[in-house]
Amino acid sequence: MKELFAILLLAMFIENFVLSKFLGICPFLGVSQKTSTALGMSGAVVFVNTLASAVTWLVNEFLLKPYDLEYLQTIAFILVIAALVQFVEIVLKKLLPPLYKALGIYLPLITTNCAVLGSALLNVQRNYTFLQAVFFGFSAGLGFTMALILFSGIRERLETCDIPEAFKGMPITLIAASLVSVAFVGFAGLVIQ
Amino acid sequence: MAGKPKALTVLFNGLLKENPTLVLLLGMCPSLAVTTMAQNAIGMGIAATFVLMGSNVVVSLIRKIVPDKVRIPIFVTVIAGFVTIVEMVMKAYFPDLDKALGIYIPLIVVNCIILARAEMFACKNGPLLSALDGLGMGLGFTAALFVIGSIREIIGAGTWMGITLTADLIDPATILILPPGGFMVMGCLIALVNKLTKKKRDQKTAEEPEKCAMGCPGCEKAS
Repeated sequence: MKELFAILLLAMFIENFVLSKFLGICPFLGVSQKTSTALGMSGAVVFVNTLASAVTWLVNEFLLKPYDLEYLQTIAFILVIAALVQFVEIVLKKLLPPLYKALGIYLPLITTNCAVLGSALLNVQRNYTFLQAVFFGFSAGLGFTMALILFSGIRERLETCDIPEAFKGMPITLIAASLVSVAFVGFAGLVIQ
Repeated sequence: MAGKPKALTVLFNGLLKENPTLVLLLGMCPSLAVTTMAQNAIGMGIAATFVLMGSNVVVSLIRKIVPDKVRIPIFVTVIAGFVTIVEMVMKAYFPDLDKALGIYIPLIVVNCIILARAEMFACKNGPLLSALDGLGMGLGFTAALFVIGSIREIIGAGTWMGITLTADLIDPATILILPPGGFMVMGCLIALVNKLTKKKRDQKTAEEPEKCAMGCPGCEKAS
């Protein structure tokens, strides 16, 4: 239990995927304009990230490792993730239409989200057990959600600000992200035993 | 068809006019993550250039036999294949660089630049032009990474390419090599590019913007 809690803190604060590991920057900058879209995207990321962590761990342990095919990790993982996203889309459409409606348009974008492939690779690199890997994927998704929602609040306010012409759009967004990320640097010193 | 002037335009297009990082705003993750040192930035840039050229050529060669519906998974597999080659070469010959870049090497697979070029350029043009486009885009990416990496390394660590510049006289501003510095330098550089190209863009706004089928959420061209 303690161990899982440590993973939660690690993935959400100390190594926040967006703000200190720079994974999933594209959706972070792309859909953070409004809190509602930010919520939809984060929901989809938490969902797929947890599932993908579980599936890629199983693929690695029972398909790649026994046959010494670990060098195929990158190819195998990206294909598994792409297939999984498609599968989730079809299943949700059939079984849980309300959830599909909420997450639908964000799902296809997740294949190219580096957070998902990133957490699959980190799980392997750190030799997590199955439970730890799934929990890491879930907490990384939560960390992404937190960053995205915090940031969308900031961006909603930025819209009414008077910004120098050259800084409008992406530059000011990046600088705001920089300030948010300063706050997260503070967690970097935490060591969890 | 591929006359000399056209080939040159294609090559330089990626370097300046459509610089993938600073103008098209693609591939932000690696541009922010590995630019703590100029050296790492070059390593990442070269790795991505190789993958871009390789995947562009292969995609261009198979563009006529790939069914439209499954083209994205096929392109991704091709890209992942080249990334695996880079990974293995890097592990064998440049273990230090491999350690420094860590998981960002396999993450080249999901770098939007590569899939975007396969979609926008390589599946419409011949292999030679596609190779040049990959080279130009890759070099543009490398150049942007190198500039960001240099700024961050010089101000943040007082060194450049591993050589100490400040001679320990001034304390470097460490924040620039921490994550916030990445966002900040990137933001300022894009603002600078905006400022410099503003006049040109004003004339261009009348034109229809190019549509990109990729739909990377960070990309304004996403349909």
